Amino acid sequence: MTTIPKVLVTKIGLDGHDRGSRIVAAYLRDAGMEVIYTPPWQGIANVVKLAIEEDVDVIGISSLATDHLIVPKLTRALAEAGVVGVAVIVGGIVPDDDEAMLVAAGVARVFHPGAPLAEIAEFIRSVVPSLRAEREAA
Amino acid sequence: MNKPASPAEVAAAESSRVLPEGLARWQRAWSEQLGDAGDCENRSGIAIKPLYTPADWDGSRYGDTVGYPGEAPWTRGIYPTMHRGRAWTQRQLIGLGTPSDYNLRLVDLVNHGATAVSLIPCNSVFRGYDMDEVDAELLGTCGVVVNTADHLDTCLADIDIGRMSCAMNDPSPFTLLAFLLAVARRRGVGWDQVRGTSNQSDYLSHYVANHMFFRIALPGARRILGDHIEFCRRFVPHWNPMSVVGQHMQQAGATPAEAMAFTLATALQNADDCVLRGLDPDSFLPGFTFFFDISLSFFEEVAKLRAGRRIWGRLVRERYDAKDPRSARFKFHAQTSGVDLTRAQPQNNIARVTVQAMAGIFGGLQSLHTDAWDEALSCPTEAGARIAVATQNILREEAHLTDVIDPLGGSYYVETLTDEMEARILECLNVVENAGGMYRAVESGLVQTMIGDSARRFQEKVERGEQTVVGVNRYRVDEDAHARPALDKPDPQRMRAHLAAFAAWKSARPAAAVAHALDALARAAADPRANVFAEVVAAAESGCTHGEICATLRRELGFGHVQAIV
Repeated sequence: MTTIPKVLVTKIGLDGHDRGSRIVAAYLRDAGMEVIYTPPWQGIANVVKLAIEEDVDVIGISSLATDHLIVPKLTRALAEAGVVGVAVIVGGIVPDDDEAMLVAAGVARVFHPGAPLAEIAEFIRSVVPSLRAEREAA
Repeated sequence: MNKPASPAEVAAAESSRVLPEGLARWQRAWSEQLGDAGDCENRSGIAIKPLYTPADWDGSRYGDTVGYPGEAPWTRGIYPTMHRGRAWTQRQLIGLGTPSDYNLRLVDLVNHGATAVSLIPCNSVFRGYDMDEVDAELLGTCGVVVNTADHLDTCLADIDIGRMSCAMNDPSPFTLLAFLLAVARRRGVGWDQVRGTSNQSDYLSHYVANHMFFRIALPGARRILGDHIEFCRRFVPHWNPMSVVGQHMQQAGATPAEAMAFTLATALQNADDCVLRGLDPDSFLPGFTFFFDISLSFFEEVAKLRAGRRIWGRLVRERYDAKDPRSARFKFHAQTSGVDLTRAQPQNNIARVTVQAMAGIFGGLQSLHTDAWDEALSCPTEAGARIAVATQNILREEAHLTDVIDPLGGSYYVETLTDEMEARILECLNVVENAGGMYRAVESGLVQTMIGDSARRFQEKVERGEQTVVGVNRYRVDEDAHARPALDKPDPQRMRAHLAAFAAWKSARPAAAVAHALDALARAAADPRANVFAEVVAAAESGCTHGEICATLRRELGFGHVQAIV
């Protein structure tokens, strides 16, 4: 049975530059995934709510202007809401020190500028089966 | 059976008929060696030939399409003396941390050659909030946290605002200009001495591209811009209230030709709106400035800027019947493209920025920001910003780029490409005009869709390897993350102190004056005959904060939402 990954592509915080999130969302959609796309500036509570309602496998956060600094607030809010089996990935401009901080906060993967789109899709496909198993077990 | 002739054969046949012998000989030699294999096109989709000769551009229309600097058709530049008379303004965009952090960086840049002030506020300011309304982690990480006239006073300590031009990234409702006018009054500097630009007053480009400043719904943003232009015309005559921004649209993915077309369409929309208010075109057009992105596509950028300048000069005459030559002057600031910079092998970005800056200089810019090489890693470090300033100094003084006006003018290639870019720009401008002008085209999402499509097409070229990006899709090397520089980060303690001081200052303010000014602002917003910006200035002088002013206007005029288009 083929599984169609379900991905929420969004931006939290204060920045509105959405070239990256639009390109990634369109690419994943055309690669056969189900993509939920939002405008920038989503509140963290809203992202958690969307992730639960839409039963997504992956939350992709695009950050170009330091909004990644509040991604740990998102992973904490997901945990507090009892969400399991959902991977958070971050794409954009993330300094090396901050990447370590994000990984420690539970972010599954950080994609930097120049990362091929196919690599993002491949990563998502590779993690979806175990994420689904985790959600079913919970 | 007859095989259809290949394009190369057709070209060879044509050339033997009409072209000089030498050109025909060269074309045969070219076809024998490369055939059609050497075809290429630029980012705007224009086919680029391997050689340009008088068969493409013979100079016979020199007077009509090229002419002389400082006069129509403006192709060679807007001033008779161009960079020989006055080099471009070195305007490095900066903004980081608290107002005193910003001031330190500003004074340092001025001491190293920057000749004008530029100020980027924190993203919280862009979004219309005070520092106590947002996640504290994000404060000052991408711009300076300015919420009051006092904060701006600190930002500009030791800067003579009566002499130095200030460009502020200050969108509707233009609270930073209001704070600047309040500071000027305090310092005894007349408003008629204040000079600079409301960078990015262009709400349309924000709506379609980076959405950064979109805090008031479209109709309200449109009105406040008009009020702001009228106010500046009367009280701040040396201020440029209208900066039309092509930069956002090109950074968001528009091709150079599309970005120029959308910028011109935006300028026309704003000029039409001013005419509808009964303003004389020659009274407001001289206050229009433009802001462009410069990509690495060197000749294409030069041609884009030359073509745009020519089109604007013509439109101003034909559409508005403007008589004052200042109305036709296509004054522009340019910024090297951040999107072209790479995180891989980041010091290569110094070379990229140099080429981009040269394209802008040869395109005839009035003001330049060169990106720091470390921009792809984070907000630029102080050391990175210094190299960016030095790059400009080297290009201006060591490399002698400014000795001759429009030095690429008359090149068979550059003149042909300028004509072809002009045609491509006009094609795209017509699409927008046929959709009812820029405001309607943006409301319907047409422009956003075109930009998104172009962004994807370019990305696909990179992914397929058709567009080389050194270090990303070719010439990759294993890199040591530790080789990347340690980043300057705003000191969280200083930001905490800034927050605490803000809270104390707010509670010590004369509450009645603040309430009174915000009331007057709300009433002005509700009264279509009032000038909203005049009340923004009054509120700034009465001690209202940026967030309070924006919140009042959002309540009265509606919050701006952005369309989600993929």
